Amino acid sequence: MKTFIKFCSILGFILCIFSHSIAADKVDYLKTDWSFKGLFGKFDRGSLQRGYQVYTEVCAACHSMKYLSYRNLSEKGGPEFSVEQAKAIAASFEVVDGPNADGEMFTRPAKLSDKFVMPYENEKAAQAANGGAYPPDMSVLVKARGGGVDYIYSLLQGYETAPAGMILDEGVHYNKYMYGNKIKMSAPLSDGIIEYRDGTTASVEQMSKDVTTFLMWAAEPHLEARHRMGFKAIIYLIILTTLVYFSMKKIWSRVESEV
Amino acid sequence: MSEHEYKPKSKVGQWFNDRLPLLTLANHLTDYPTPKNLNYWWTFGGILTFCLITQIVTGLTLAMHYIAHADMAFESVEHIMRDVNYGWLIRYIHANGASMFFLAVYIHIFRSLFYGSYKSPREIIWILGIIIYLLMMAAAFMGYVLPWGQMSFWGATVITNLFSAIPLVGEGIVTWLWGGYSVDNPTLTRFFTLHYLIPFLILGLVVLHIWALHVPGNNNPVGIDIKKPSKDTVPFHPYIVIKDGFALLMFMIVFAFFVFYSPNILGHADNYIEANPMVTPAHIVPEWYLLPFYAILRSVPDKLLGVVAMLSAILILAVLPWLDTSKIRSAVFRPLYRQFYWILVADVLILGYVGAMPAEGLYLLIARVATAYYFLHFLVILPVLGFKEKTIPIPLSITEPVLGGNPNLAMAKQKESKIE
Repeated sequence: MKTFIKFCSILGFILCIFSHSIAADKVDYLKTDWSFKGLFGKFDRGSLQRGYQVYTEVCAACHSMKYLSYRNLSEKGGPEFSVEQAKAIAASFEVVDGPNADGEMFTRPAKLSDKFVMPYENEKAAQAANGGAYPPDMSVLVKARGGGVDYIYSLLQGYETAPAGMILDEGVHYNKYMYGNKIKMSAPLSDGIIEYRDGTTASVEQMSKDVTTFLMWAAEPHLEARHRMGFKAIIYLIILTTLVYFSMKKIWSRVESEV
Repeated sequence: MSEHEYKPKSKVGQWFNDRLPLLTLANHLTDYPTPKNLNYWWTFGGILTFCLITQIVTGLTLAMHYIAHADMAFESVEHIMRDVNYGWLIRYIHANGASMFFLAVYIHIFRSLFYGSYKSPREIIWILGIIIYLLMMAAAFMGYVLPWGQMSFWGATVITNLFSAIPLVGEGIVTWLWGGYSVDNPTLTRFFTLHYLIPFLILGLVVLHIWALHVPGNNNPVGIDIKKPSKDTVPFHPYIVIKDGFALLMFMIVFAFFVFYSPNILGHADNYIEANPMVTPAHIVPEWYLLPFYAILRSVPDKLLGVVAMLSAILILAVLPWLDTSKIRSAVFRPLYRQFYWILVADVLILGYVGAMPAEGLYLLIARVATAYYFLHFLVILPVLGFKEKTIPIPLSITEPVLGGNPNLAMAKQKESKIE
């Protein structure tokens, strides 16, 4: 029994090392305390709402978020805007609908059930407007990058002047954390570029943290429910395992063998 | 065996059982005499059954919401994750369930290797197991393609391209597999069909695997033949049922931890990028459970020979009962084999590690040495060891080592020290 547990833990350890060595390149990302990590991790509502503001006022100019709907903004476990607020947010966007009874397409204000409006008609248009580089869709961006939230958080603050001797093409910028250090996106954030509605000072660091939190939620909208259920499930399993363990001891005490 | 004398108590039961002996089967399964010294490594058979059922149930549910179309697959997975009730839970159980399935099957296989469970008279059980393992790999690979992410697409491209190594007909076979001239929608739909089919084939083979097991009965840590039923055995129910249940619950705790707290750690980040035939990822890596074979494939410079080496690495296991010439089953009584066994375990882990690394420089060298050793173990060390090794005397019954104090190991150690 003991050797079994020992072996399993070693195996688990090896497994973790494996997955880590595969997942993360050896880069030291900037660290911050994410409220959504850990057994009871939850999103910081204020941060999510501010993050949405950063996304919609800065990122959304180029980056789509096509798997999210406006209704998500008022759903539990997210930024939790009130339904009225979410409706107002939706109504500030125009969507193409139709065809109507006359066979014509028409525009109307977006509703809660509409997906986030995309900044470009299609991928080609996005590329054409951005010097050939496609600004990736942000719906699952956090999960699509090896370093996850730490990577995005660092990248947003990783703009520096290129080291001497490095030649950058027109429209290419140097970023400490980007793969290959060359990025087509110019530094998107600068101190005070937006004015937070809740009065928080809009420093680059603050905005990076808020928008990354928002992106994490966008990629994992059910993270809070998952953590809550996970804790209950594991406690339940531990109690059941203990009960079964003692039942097993009792049953096996009838034969003179150890378990 | 006892089931021949089984007679249902009620008249109705007898009437039914004479026509379809399901009650006899149930009686056989509950009474099935099992060696009483089975340790926890033997619980993984039950755990694997659980894994298979879990994959089938979650898979069926996912299939109700998934759309097997190159333009819609990725989006439908996001739909499952966001809008289907508890879709995120079902998908994370299914995705991590694959990893858990392989974790359990590797423990199950290495348990068999340690205790010589593949030896006569259990060769058929072992070979059925190898076929199940091959089908599992096929199912897992095709399942990984379905979300239609970057790793799905490029993984599928790399693996299907292996068939082009076959002389003369290779290219034709690849086109036939793809249903076109590249991995595309026809590839996706046929992979979905096969991914749906294979688990049921596995289920059928599992029935045969268990049937074949119930003919000679379980091997045991001492590795000797035992009389059934006797003082050395306990009925399957309740003794083994509760023990398997306990081990399964422990396993489920680990499983739950992955599902709820790090559901994506075993996957690759690139698979959250929708498939793009125009952009090749920097490193194309398979899932962790295929890495040792991937390392073997890449360690051979020639494409065809690489494929042959990779396939041989798996198929060599099928002839293992005849490569291992030792009459003694359990490694407990084989001091030399025991050491080589652990070297093999380390060798496979090393292969897995270098499989995840770029195939260049030192990694490539290590992969080559480890590949060579892998084949050396099965083709040279095992056959020779059977003749050369001086084994420790085996006990006559299970009860003997049990009464001697601790089960199996303490007794073996004691005997070992006497020899030295």
